[in-house]
Amino acid sequence: MLDAALCVVRRDLLLAWRRKSDVATALLFFVIVTSLFPLGVGAEPTLLRAIAPGVIWVAALLSSMLSLSRLFAADHADGTLEQMLLGAAPLGVVAAAKAAAHWIVAGLPLALIAPFIALQYDLQAALWPVLALSLLLGTPVLSLIGAIGAALTLGLRGGGILLSLLVLPLYVPVLILGAGSVDMASAGMGGEGQLLLLAALLVAAGAFAPWAIAAALRISME
Amino acid sequence: MNWFWYASPQTFYPLAGRMAPWFAGAAALLAVAGLYIGFFVAPTDAQQGEVYRIIFIHVPAAWLSMFIYVVMAFWAALGLAFNTRLSGMMASALAPTGALFTFIALWTGSLWGRPTWGTYWVWDARLTSELVLLFLYFGFIALQAAIDDPRRADRAGALLAIVGGVNIPIIHYSVVWWNTLHQGASVSVSKGASMQSQMLTAMLLMALAFWMYSIAVSLVRVRCVMRERGAA
Amino acid sequence: MLEAAGLDCVRQGRALFRALSFSLKPGERLRIAGANGCGKTSLLRVLCGLLAPNAGEVRWRGEKIASLKEEYSRHLVYLGHAPAVKDDFTPAENLEISCKLAGLTVKADAALAHLGVPADVPVRKLSQGQRRRAALARLVVSAQIPLWLLDEPYAALDAQAASTVDALIAEHAARGGAVIFTTHQETGTTQARVLELHA
Repeated sequence: MLDAALCVVRRDLLLAWRRKSDVATALLFFVIVTSLFPLGVGAEPTLLRAIAPGVIWVAALLSSMLSLSRLFAADHADGTLEQMLLGAAPLGVVAAAKAAAHWIVAGLPLALIAPFIALQYDLQAALWPVLALSLLLGTPVLSLIGAIGAALTLGLRGGGILLSLLVLPLYVPVLILGAGSVDMASAGMGGEGQLLLLAALLVAAGAFAPWAIAAALRISME
Repeated sequence: MNWFWYASPQTFYPLAGRMAPWFAGAAALLAVAGLYIGFFVAPTDAQQGEVYRIIFIHVPAAWLSMFIYVVMAFWAALGLAFNTRLSGMMASALAPTGALFTFIALWTGSLWGRPTWGTYWVWDARLTSELVLLFLYFGFIALQAAIDDPRRADRAGALLAIVGGVNIPIIHYSVVWWNTLHQGASVSVSKGASMQSQMLTAMLLMALAFWMYSIAVSLVRVRCVMRERGAA
Repeated sequence: MLEAAGLDCVRQGRALFRALSFSLKPGERLRIAGANGCGKTSLLRVLCGLLAPNAGEVRWRGEKIASLKEEYSRHLVYLGHAPAVKDDFTPAENLEISCKLAGLTVKADAALAHLGVPADVPVRKLSQGQRRRAALARLVVSAQIPLWLLDEPYAALDAQAASTVDALIAEHAARGGAVIFTTHQETGTTQARVLELHA
C-alpha cells in the first residue's frame, strides 16, 4: 500500500517536473495577487502590516485552488485514472497520494515564498515563522479538501469556477485559523492555539478526505 | 413496515400530491398565529424598540436554513447508502427552499442591522455563518445543475452535502471565534433580559410555520423532479 | 469463472441492455459484438466494476464483484478506449508505473520490444498505432492475470501488430485465462464465442 502511494507521488512529481511551466505559473499567480493589494488599498505601512496575514492567506487559497482542476483532469482524459480505479491499492490511498503530490508542488512552495511576501508588506520578522508554519499546516488541508471538489467536478463544463464555488466555503475555517494565528501572534497572545487547531484539522482531513475523494472519483467515473 | 415501498416514486407521487395541501394549510395557520403574537402581542424591547420584531422572521429562518441542510444531507446519505432514487430527488427538492431561508435570514439580518448599527451589513458571527451556508447551498445547486446524468448528479450532490454537513460545525465555530477576535457587532436581542415567553412562543410558531411551508413546497417540487425524470 | 446475471444498463435515459446473462469459463474467448452505441463499452465497464448496473450482478468465482472490490480488480486487466498512457512519459516509464499500480513488478523493455514499440521516446512523439501498442504491452506482462477485458484492442493497428495481439490472446486462453473483447473488425475472432448486443 505504501509502495503504491510512493509510486503515485513520484509519478505526479515527475509529471510536474516535465511540465515545470504549469507549476511556475501557479506560484507566479500567488506573487502577482499579493502585489495587487497594495495597489488597490494604498501603501500605508500600518495598513499593509495589518492586512498582510489575511492577504497572503487568501492569495495562497486562490493559488492552491487554481491548480486543483488539473489534479485529476489530465489523468481522466488519457485513461490513466480509470486504471487507478482498477489498481491493486485502495483508491483512498491513491487519492491521498495525489493530494500529497499536489501539496508538494502547489502548497509547500507557498509556505516557502510567504516570508518574502511578508517582507513586501513589512510584516515583523518575528511573525514570519508563525506565518510559514500556518501555511505549512494549512495548505495540505486545502489540497485534501480541494481534491474532493476536483473529483466531484471531473469532466464538467465550467469546471474551474464551479470547483471554486464548491470548495471556497469549505476553506473558510482554514483561512480563519491560518490568518488568525498570525494576528494572535502579532497581538502578543501567541498563535499556538490556532496552529494546534490547524494541525487537528490536518489530521482530520488526512483521515477522512481520502475516502471522500475516492467516493467522489467513483461517482464521477461511472 | 416496508419503508422501501414508500421509496418508490410511483407510490410517493400521488401521496405527495395529497399531503402537500395539508402542510400548506398548517403553515398558513401557524404563520398567522406567529406573526400576530410577534407583531402585536409581544412587548416592546427595552433597548431596540419595535425594530427587534424582525427577530420573529430572522431567527426562525436561520433555524430552518440549518435544519433543512441537515435534512438534505440525511436524504442524500440515505440515497447513497441504499441506492434509492427518491432520496436523491428529495435532497434536490429541499435545496432551493433551504437557500431561500438562508437568504431571508441574511436579508432580515441586514434590515435589522441598519437601524441598530447604521449599516446594512454587519460581520456578525451568525450572519457570516449564514453567508457561508448560502454558498454551500449554491454550490450544491450549481453542481447538480452542471451534471446532465441524473444518477451522477444525485450522488455527487449527496457527497457534497455530506462533506458540507460535516464541515458546518467547524465553519460555525471558526466564524464565532473570528468574530470575537475582531470584536464585531452583533444583531440579537439583548442577552441580559431573559427571553419573554411570548417572544419565544412567537419564534417557535414561526419556526413551525416555516417548517410546514418547507415540507409543502418540497413535496410539490419533488413531484416536479419526478415528472422531469419520467419517474412518475 | 465470471458470471453475469440479469444485467440491466440504462445510460442517459436509454436502455442499453436488459436482463443480460452469460458466463465465462477459463480458456474461453468472448467477443461482444453490436453496432456503435449499443452498449459494448458500458458492458465491459460493468464487468470491470467501474459502472454499477441498474439491476443484476456480476460474480467472480461465485462472489459478487461489488463486495470483492480490489480483490477482484487484482485479477483483471482492462484496456479501454483511451490508451491509458501519459504523453509526458516514455512507454517504458508508463508500463512500469501501470504495473506497479497493479501490483506487478516488471521489466518493461522486453515487453515493449515484443510489440515493436521504442521504449525511450516520450509517447507524445509516437504515432497512434505505436501508442496503442505501448498500451497493449501491458498484456505481455499480464500472463498471470486470469481475466482480460479489452475494448477495441485491434483499433489503429496494422496487420502485423494485429496478429501479435491475436497470438497474445490465444496464448492467454491456452493458459486457462479468459478474454472478453469488443471489436468491429473480423480479425482473430474465429475461435471466440459471440455475444450480440442489440439496440
